[in-house]
Amino acid sequence: MSESLLTVSGLGKAFRDYGSELRRFASWCGLHVQVKAETWVLRGVSFNVEHGESIGIVGQNGAGKSTLLKLITGTLRGTEGTIGVHGRIAAILELGMGFSPDLSGRANVRHTAGLMGFSHEDISGAMAAIEAFAEIGEYFDEPVRTYSSGMQMRIAFAVATAFRPDILIVDEALSVGDSYFQHKCFKRIREFREQGTSLLIVSHDAGAVQSLCDRALLLENGALIKDGDPAEVMDLYNALIAERENSTITISNHASGRVQTISGSGEAVVETIMLLNDSEEQVEFVDVGQPVTLQIQVMAREDIPRLVLGYMIKDRLGQQVFGTNTHHTEQVLEEVRAGQRVQFRISFPMNFGQGSYSVSTALVSTDTHLVNNYEWRDLALVFTVSNMSQPIFVGSAWVPPSIEVCTL
Amino acid sequence: MKEILAAIWSYRHFIVSSIKNDLRSRFARSKLGGLWMILQPLAQVAIYALVLSRIMAAKLPGINNRYAYVIYLMAGMIAWSLFAEVVTRSLTLFVDNGNLMKKMAFPRVCLPIIVGGSSLVNNLLLLVTAIGVFLLIGHPLSLAMLWLPLLIVINLAFAIGLGLILGILNVFVRDVAQVMTVVLQLLFWLTPIVYMPSIIPDRLRSILEFNPMMHMAVAFQDVILYGRPPPIQGLAIIALAAIVLLLFSLILFRRAAPEMVDVL
Repeated sequence: MSESLLTVSGLGKAFRDYGSELRRFASWCGLHVQVKAETWVLRGVSFNVEHGESIGIVGQNGAGKSTLLKLITGTLRGTEGTIGVHGRIAAILELGMGFSPDLSGRANVRHTAGLMGFSHEDISGAMAAIEAFAEIGEYFDEPVRTYSSGMQMRIAFAVATAFRPDILIVDEALSVGDSYFQHKCFKRIREFREQGTSLLIVSHDAGAVQSLCDRALLLENGALIKDGDPAEVMDLYNALIAERENSTITISNHASGRVQTISGSGEAVVETIMLLNDSEEQVEFVDVGQPVTLQIQVMAREDIPRLVLGYMIKDRLGQQVFGTNTHHTEQVLEEVRAGQRVQFRISFPMNFGQGSYSVSTALVSTDTHLVNNYEWRDLALVFTVSNMSQPIFVGSAWVPPSIEVCTL
Repeated sequence: MKEILAAIWSYRHFIVSSIKNDLRSRFARSKLGGLWMILQPLAQVAIYALVLSRIMAAKLPGINNRYAYVIYLMAGMIAWSLFAEVVTRSLTLFVDNGNLMKKMAFPRVCLPIIVGGSSLVNNLLLLVTAIGVFLLIGHPLSLAMLWLPLLIVINLAFAIGLGLILGILNVFVRDVAQVMTVVLQLLFWLTPIVYMPSIIPDRLRSILEFNPMMHMAVAFQDVILYGRPPPIQGLAIIALAAIVLLLFSLILFRRAAPEMVDVL
């Protein structure tokens, strides 16, 4: 199809302060009125969404994510720019909005679906499916005020996704509800995606973005600063979170063809990082189950009161496989002097499934990288695990089984 | 204009079910349920009748019914209750539905229609009850009552037009709703509902002429109590006012809508 499902070009949204409401009223009458203050919460945002494409939207609080979604769903109107939509949009923004407490679940479903613009017949046709999906039994015909918040959320999700939209907008609302229903929700979202629905997902959860999205957008201060591969965008996003005060971010092309992000204030840096096998030889290809040692040499450029090394092993899609830090293992170094070198040796059996993995390192002062971020280095090391000695298995973890088979 | 009508048509089921829900949820947990819709105005009529019937009954010459004042009161109340309900609810319409408007995209024009529709149902129920009461106290129905549908439509249009304008302004300046509760009270007493225009001194009566609701109340009283056609001039004035207000409110609505959600 030549036409994009969603075309956003030069979109901007400003909240205007007229100083006095009388001036606002005058502006409706076509008078030219001077605006006292204009706050742009979003400006110059352009992107396309193609059929079946899934896009994650990330950004810090106040970056303009919610505003962007509201503009796309049409609850807010843009100040400048255009949005072209060729399809039906459904949004799971804040679930359970507008339920009237004294009406039954069924009546509320009818009402909400009507609000979404569905006809009487469509709603009646889908009612049984909605009731079945929500799984709240006899409560479906009880007033909503008797519901738990989880039950309300079930109904709300069931209605919002009763009809497959062309674009489904999902906000972090999905973190509500019990884990059983959450799995069910994600299953439905994945099914929609397989059937060709485009997803727009706002989340802080790197895992969700990377597993569901083909592309990600990073918003910062109302501007779209990156549009690309989810793993790269999440790396830059993490770096942005860490970026405070005088730290810098460098983005370069890594040898593996992926984009590497290094950020931090630079008081301490990783000088060398290597993966060694049990005979202390540097390796890049590792057999499943083989014992290995991750050797990291750190140099302090300035005096540091407290030094913690964290590392994270991610799979090819950027999903986290394993990570910890020396704060959690209670091996914090205190009072490191400038010029001092520290060697960390992390030994573990390579109990991973086949595939390519990367190691990210973080040099920080506490257990998060949000306080003092000396250095954050994505793609510090890349290695490949292949299965040469174990029976065939799938998945990202090697959990050696012992299987007993007895014919009875 | 065409878009608005198309939007209303495609959301017609939603509008109807919203009106039903609105009526249902208003009385959801009361024992008498929907009866309250007519009990409240009837009780008000009863109170005024009890307090004022001795003083007022003598002022209604030419009606051979000792309940003439009750009929007079009811006629005025039917006109006033629709007007007051629509205006009061439109006043806070967008503010009350602010959350919904922020979260869902739907034709905003549905909201005033739902208010108008549910108030209309209320008013018709009251009218039916009133007619029942008239029959009970021996007041015959007259052919002039055929004017009622037209009167009600004009009354509704006038109230929606006025209410919508005030409701939009109230989103930006919340004082509007506060002021209007007082103004509505004043307007009630400036409208000949519990009293007759004849008891007002001539000098003041010319001021009353500027109150559009006076023409409305007089029309209802003529049709229901006296069984004669309403004064065409007064009716024409208020009909014209209704059309102007409705058009103005639609224009205002179009201009204000993009900014409304920003400040809700």
